[in-house]
Formats: sequence, structure tokens, C-alpha cells
Amino acid sequence: MGEKVLMKGNEAFAEAAIRGGCRFYFGYPITPQSEIPEYISRELPKRGGTFLQAESELGAINMAYGASAAGGSVFISSSSPGIALMQEGMSFLCSAEAPLVALNVSRGGPGIGGIQPGQADYFQATRGGGNGDYRIPVFAPSGIQEAVDLIYNAAPLAEKWRNPVMIFADGILGQMMEPVTLPEQRPFDEPQGIRARKPWAITGYGDDDSRKNVVKSLRMQPDDLEAHVEKLFEKYARAERELVAAESVGVEDADIVLVAFGTVARIAKEAVEILAERGISAGLIRPVSLWPFPYGEFDKIGPRTKVVISAELSMGQMIEDVRIGVGKRLPVRLIHRTGGMIPTSLELADRAEAIFKEYIRT
Amino acid sequence: MSAQKLFFAGSGGQGIILMGQMTTYAAMYEGKETTYYPSYGPEMRGGTANCTVVVSDRPISSPLIYDADCVVAMNLPSLLKFERMVKPGGVLLLNTSIISQRPSRADITVHDVPVNELAKELGSARVANMIMLGAIVRSTGVVSRDSILKVMEKTFTGSKAKLIDLNIGAFDFWKPSAQ
Amino acid sequence: MKPVFTYTKGMCRVDTSYCPGCTHGIAHRLVTETLDELGKLGDAIGVAPIGCSVQAHKFMNVDMCESAHGRAPAVASGIRRVHPDKTVFTYQGDGDLASIGTAEIIHAAARGEKFTTFFINNCIYGMTGGQMAPTTLIGQRSTTSQEGRTVAQAGSPIRVCELLSSLDGAVYVERVALDSPAHIRAAKKAVRRALEIQEKRLGFTFVEFLSTCPTNWGLTPADAMKWVGSNMIPYYPLGVFREPEVSKAV
Repeated sequence: MGEKVLMKGNEAFAEAAIRGGCRFYFGYPITPQSEIPEYISRELPKRGGTFLQAESELGAINMAYGASAAGGSVFISSSSPGIALMQEGMSFLCSAEAPLVALNVSRGGPGIGGIQPGQADYFQATRGGGNGDYRIPVFAPSGIQEAVDLIYNAAPLAEKWRNPVMIFADGILGQMMEPVTLPEQRPFDEPQGIRARKPWAITGYGDDDSRKNVVKSLRMQPDDLEAHVEKLFEKYARAERELVAAESVGVEDADIVLVAFGTVARIAKEAVEILAERGISAGLIRPVSLWPFPYGEFDKIGPRTKVVISAELSMGQMIEDVRIGVGKRLPVRLIHRTGGMIPTSLELADRAEAIFKEYIRT
Repeated sequence: MSAQKLFFAGSGGQGIILMGQMTTYAAMYEGKETTYYPSYGPEMRGGTANCTVVVSDRPISSPLIYDADCVVAMNLPSLLKFERMVKPGGVLLLNTSIISQRPSRADITVHDVPVNELAKELGSARVANMIMLGAIVRSTGVVSRDSILKVMEKTFTGSKAKLIDLNIGAFDFWKPSAQ
Repeated sequence: MKPVFTYTKGMCRVDTSYCPGCTHGIAHRLVTETLDELGKLGDAIGVAPIGCSVQAHKFMNVDMCESAHGRAPAVASGIRRVHPDKTVFTYQGDGDLASIGTAEIIHAAARGEKFTTFFINNCIYGMTGGQMAPTTLIGQRSTTSQEGRTVAQAGSPIRVCELLSSLDGAVYVERVALDSPAHIRAAKKAVRRALEIQEKRLGFTFVEFLSTCPTNWGLTPADAMKWVGSNMIPYYPLGVFREPEVSKAV
């Protein structure tokens, strides 16, 4: 571990992906993540990797698919509308079981929306986005160090699960600076060594055509396709058990429990302190994995709690998972800002207090 | 020390980003927790610019703030918009070279920093923001002078190393007048 | 006794799924036989398109992947980055390449991507059932131009070789036809030329095959072959549109 360095989120994300072993990056400029392709275009070739600016996000994701199918360790990044364009490839990668590290530095929508931070891609990230039955593990960091660690670990994770892994960051994380400690550089794969580590990759079979590989997603026979999707979902069932991650603070004995991810969770932490000064005990559940969602964390909520509040930079998307986690035990309410607006901790505390009062008045 | 929250506002090209980042670097060199968050917009030049810096001994929850221990207003729109952000008892630093209007608050400390005139006195218009940074550090104590000098040493290297003395001079140039 | 016919190692020993009279089989064989002759079968990585040849990987005995509709050049660009020493190609139809995949093919050519694209132009969408393609000729009937394509309604057919040959990155661009033994022999030379130039990593290489689709044209295989000569070649002239200086000297 090296010393702490001060880095802009986007540059730290890029560095973490390189150090994590991603030798190939394909991208297209879009705010608020353009520092990533800029940084990688400068740094990756120096270290023996490849940067390629695609003609579009469609081009980028399909280059990524090709490189991944060929056994390369690939990183891509974009922001909301660009990630939307990439969904075609995400579906292909999942069906073809090709690994990928994908980063969404998300902004407000719908449509071209704005360039300020948002979390309204929650459904897109956790519910599919592309066609067909598939899942993508999604992790939401709330600070730059956590983002660096998640991105660094995403390459081996994607390779282990033979599936894309997504990091869901918001524009705040991309643009802010924080001191970080960067992990050691993992060695890049050399082309000659790929077949040994990834026996499924298309590398050219050499002298033995019994080793011919095909990476594909077409299955014209319904029984064949059904069996394939069932097999994928056995994998996803294991992923649900093994990849779930969350941070919970003070939920066992709380008047109210806030649920928030990403930067909003940090703002909520401060709101918890403000509420404590007002005599309201607030707990916080911070999902780190958005899929699989940490439903089990909600079992920790104690008898004292009156209401669970989902705080989001959207019109309420994660709240659907919160409702599943809470079940019928407690009311679930929403505090939201959208369009790139961000609540302050004071605003969050005020709105949470107002909601709490509705449940103690009776 | 509890968290110190600073807010820098002005127009593009006034060194808002630089002042914010140098403060953040200095805090990191002191081993403190720190965050820096800039506004970002479609304008590549001009337009408004602001950034938020938080420095603390404890992990920082929110990099975004609703009140500030110190607001730096480099132009009039920034004064009008962000004066209300200053905590009671907090500090407001005004670039009085271009802000002639007076703040309305009586519960805060206001420091006038005519950066352009001071820079002219020093003989280099380009160090106006370094004069303001000196005023910020001196009036808030958010980081030490030594830490800022360390940042300068790491920033101005090679052919730019000769600029260090000029910048230190600028950093030390402003003196608070009696209130 | 001397064998008059043997399987090429480049083709898998399975029946193709193509219609009688379709020239995909000929094109497949030309590509894989040439790879074999160049000693590149085991070093080749191919990209299949969406369309009738989506399952080309079942027939071509090389490592291959499928790609989304039109994206094969992007996919091949990714593969090329991982394997700078291998032989990389895409195999695409006219709906795939000339319609939904125009951005990908133009930018791959403009970047001078060091792979070869084999373009099967039969003036129609095959697998989806005979709809109008960007290459469908004026007056040609399809299931989405039932009275015949008109310029007023659908514009003019795209000549891909001519389009790509305006790009400096496309170093070798040739159009051939698969409608006669002589044309097929010429086509094989074009395939070889393209792969040899790829081997030199001079830039993007492209071979267009004027091909048949008797099923969707509503013609017998024999008449379909004649239709290539009488209707397609007049609009899509055969020839070399771009060739590197180095290659001419070879």
C-alpha cells in the first residue's frame, strides 16, 4: 500500500481499473465522466494496455465484448444516456458469459436529462436494461476510496463469475476529490497466456481444432435456450448469496431507519447526527451491493422503529427493494430529489423528522 | 477540531478551483480527512465556478454543505448568492477589488481583500488568487502556512520552481485590518 | 487414384443450413480454404453477424463469436486489440453491414483496423424473410417494397465499396461476384489478397461478394445466378477500388 494521494474521483476510478488488471478500455466522451477516457488514454498505453475511443457507446460496448470474448480484461465507463446505449452489449455479454468491468458515473434523466448527479438509473442497473433474462452484480460506493477498492476487485470478480460487474457511482463521486490509497498494480495478461487461464476464450485454437471455441448468445431451439438461461440463473442464485454487501448503523434501536446508497448515504449519515441532536434516533442502512440487494439487513430493524425512509436522487426506485426488504412490518416512505438536485443533510433531517412526526402524532 | 467547511465562489478564471484544491492538498499533508467538490457545468470558460472543501479530524460524512465556516466571494453574484451560507460567527472574505457592495450580515466576520490592488503592489496580476488563499488560511486556520508551502513545492516543479518565492510572497501579503 | 474432391479442413463436417442455390456456402469455403492455404486456420478469429450467417461458426472451422446486428467491426476491433498477432475477420450480410452497422464499418475502415471484412451483398434481408435492404435495387420487390423499391420512397441503393474506398484507412477494397466459376476463382484471389494485406497490417481490408438469395428473390438457383449478372453487376461494378502500393508490387 502506497501513501495517500489526492485524486479526482474519475481519475481514481480509472487508475483503480488499470491497477486491477484491466488492460483494455473502450469509451466515448460524456459528462460527467470524460476525465476517465482522458486519463486512460494518457496512462494505459504507457503501461502496456490499450485505449480506443469508439465511434459511439454502441461501438464501445461491442469492442469491449469482442475483447472480452478474446480473453482480454476490459474496463468501460460512461454516464447514464451512454450506459443506456450500452445495454445491447450488456445483454450479449451476460448471455455469452463474457466478463467486463463497467462503470456508470450517473447523472439526471430521463432523456438527455442533465449533467448533474443522479441515481435514477437504479432500475436500469438492477432490473436489466437490456433484453432478456440476466443479472449484473452492481456495487455502489459512497466514497472515492471505496470506489477504488470496488473497481480494483471488480476485474477478478467479473472473471470468476464470467459476467459483467457494474460500479454505480454518481456524478458527485466522479467530480469530487478525496485522499485515497491506491492498491498495487496487478499484472496484465499476455495474449499467449490467455487460453490457459480462460479456456473458453476465442484466441485461435492453434494446432488442435478439437479446442475450437465459439462465444455466442444465439440459441434457436427453445429448450436449448431455456436450459442456458436456467444455468445462468443457478449462477445468479449463488451470486445473490455470495456478493450481497451492506453497511448498517444503529438500526436495532432506532425511531426511524434511513436507507440510502452512494453519496446520498454520506449525506444521510450527517442527517442522522442532526436528528440525534433533536432527540430522534435514526438508523442507516447503506446497500453497497444494489444487486444483489441486501434484503436481510432489514431483519435487523428492532421493535422501536416507526418508519423506514428511502432517500434517493430519483423519484423512488430503490424504494421498491426497500419495500420488499421491510415487507408489511412497517410503513416505507420516500425522500427524494431529482434532476441533478442534491439534498443537504439539513434538508434530509428536516424531511425525515416531519415524516417521523406523522407516525408519533396518533 | 470539528469539521471546517469552506466554500469558494467566483467566476471561471479567478482561481476558485486552484484555491480549493490547494487547501485540500494541504489538509491531506497534515493527515486530516478532507473532501473537495467542485461545481461543474457546460461552460469551458467563464461562467460561474464554485467549490466546497471540508477538512476534519474525523471521517467526513457529506462532501456537500449547507452552511460554511468560511465563504470566499470573488465577485458580486457570489456575495449575493452565498452570504447566507456563512454560519453565525463565521468568516466572509470579499474580493473588494470588484465587489463594492457591503454584506448585510452583522453576525459574521467580514474581511476585505482587494486582491487586484494588492497584486499590483506586488507587481504580478497573476498571483491575486494566492493573496486570497493567504487571507483564507490566516483568517480561518483551516491548514497551516507550512502545509501550503509544501503544496507549492509539489505544484511548482521544474521550470516553474522559480515561481515559488513569488507565490509565497503573495500568500503572505494580506494583513487583516482592525475590525 | 487421385481424389477429385476433398473436404477443406477449414469447413466443419456438417451440412450448412443455407437454402439451395445460396452462395454463402461458396463464400464460407473461399474464406476458410484460403485461411488454410495461408496456414492461418488455427490462428484465425472470426466474427459472425446477425442474419442467415449468424451460425457461420457452426460451419467455419475457426474460433468465432457472434455479434449483435451490425456490430461485428466493433467486436473485431476489440479482438484485434487483445490478439495483435492473430488473423481476424468479420463476415457480414448487407442488412447487417450496410444498414444497422454503418457506423461500425465506416469507423473501423477509417481507423484502418487491421482485420478483413467479408461482405455478402445479396440485395435483401434473408433470415428475417426478404425485406428491403439498403442494397435492394431500384424496382426490386421485397416484402417491404412490394411494388418495387423507388428512389422517392427509399432512396438509392448504397454502394459500400465505393463508400469505403473514400477512407484512407481502407487499404484494400474489392468487389467480386459468386455467379460463375470464373468469378468465383477471381473471388478467391481477392480473399487471398485481403488476408495477405492484413498479414502485413497495412490497414483495413474489405471484400464484397455479390451473392444470391433465390428464396427471397423468388427465383430458381440457376435464374438467381443469372440475376446477379444481369441486375446486380451493372449497378455494383466488379473490381478493385483500393489497393496499397506495396501490394501491387507483390
